[in-house]
Amino acid sequence: MSTTKLGFIVQRPPYKSENPKLALTHAISSQSVEVYLKDGDIVTADIAFVGDGVLNCVKGQKAMEKYALSSTETHIKNSLLLDLNVMVCKEDLARLGLSENDIVMDAEEFGAEVTTKVVPFSEITKMMEEVNHLLFF
Amino acid sequence: MGKLTIGCFSSLVGSMSLDFAVKLSAAAIEKGHKVDFWVSGNGTMLSIKGQRAFKDYSALMKPVQELMGKGLTITACEACAEARGYHKDNTIDGFKRHSMDWYLASAFDADRLLHIGGE
Repeated sequence: MSTTKLGFIVQRPPYKSENPKLALTHAISSQSVEVYLKDGDIVTADIAFVGDGVLNCVKGQKAMEKYALSSTETHIKNSLLLDLNVMVCKEDLARLGLSENDIVMDAEEFGAEVTTKVVPFSEITKMMEEVNHLLFF
Repeated sequence: MGKLTIGCFSSLVGSMSLDFAVKLSAAAIEKGHKVDFWVSGNGTMLSIKGQRAFKDYSALMKPVQELMGKGLTITACEACAEARGYHKDNTIDGFKRHSMDWYLASAFDADRLLHIGGE
């Protein structure tokens, strides 16, 4: 039995490129990776939004209404539903004039039990040091 | 020898990241390492059959096929490819197509993971 920890760092803003959404879909795929692994082996995914990447977390996105696309907000909620560790950099939120009231903090309507964690960058750094591999998006 | 997993999300034309990743794969294989190569997003362009080599554009089909002959495992994100109209019948022979969990599974026992995001 073995665990490999992956850290997904999202630093780009939403919708300008495909990267943030790909970060989330790849992180979510950690839930089905066992089909390729031996019994008991798992891959975990932590997601951290930093820099302009925190803009991905703004709530009330209208991607479905405007572009007929699933929103990044929905992907974040799906991540919470799957108990992924979703972290948002506190300092970068403040820099952009945002607070917890402006971003996706939970997915209660999906039945998610975990919530988004707004944390100082030092905590994100700690996560980055603890994982086996980092992926920057 | 070690195992290197490379993920590249940049397009074949319009970026040099895939060129770099393919050259890095070649160097690693030459040294006897195992390389798993994952392309997702615009990177799936690399999987298309029939690429024509012009001097002004990156053309990587030939080196990729040579590396596959030397043991490179290369896989495209199936959903990303299908979304772009890159279907199985237009995929380079031997170029695998899987869902995103394949990449994470490869990372599971990789000694190093090199992730190159998209544009």
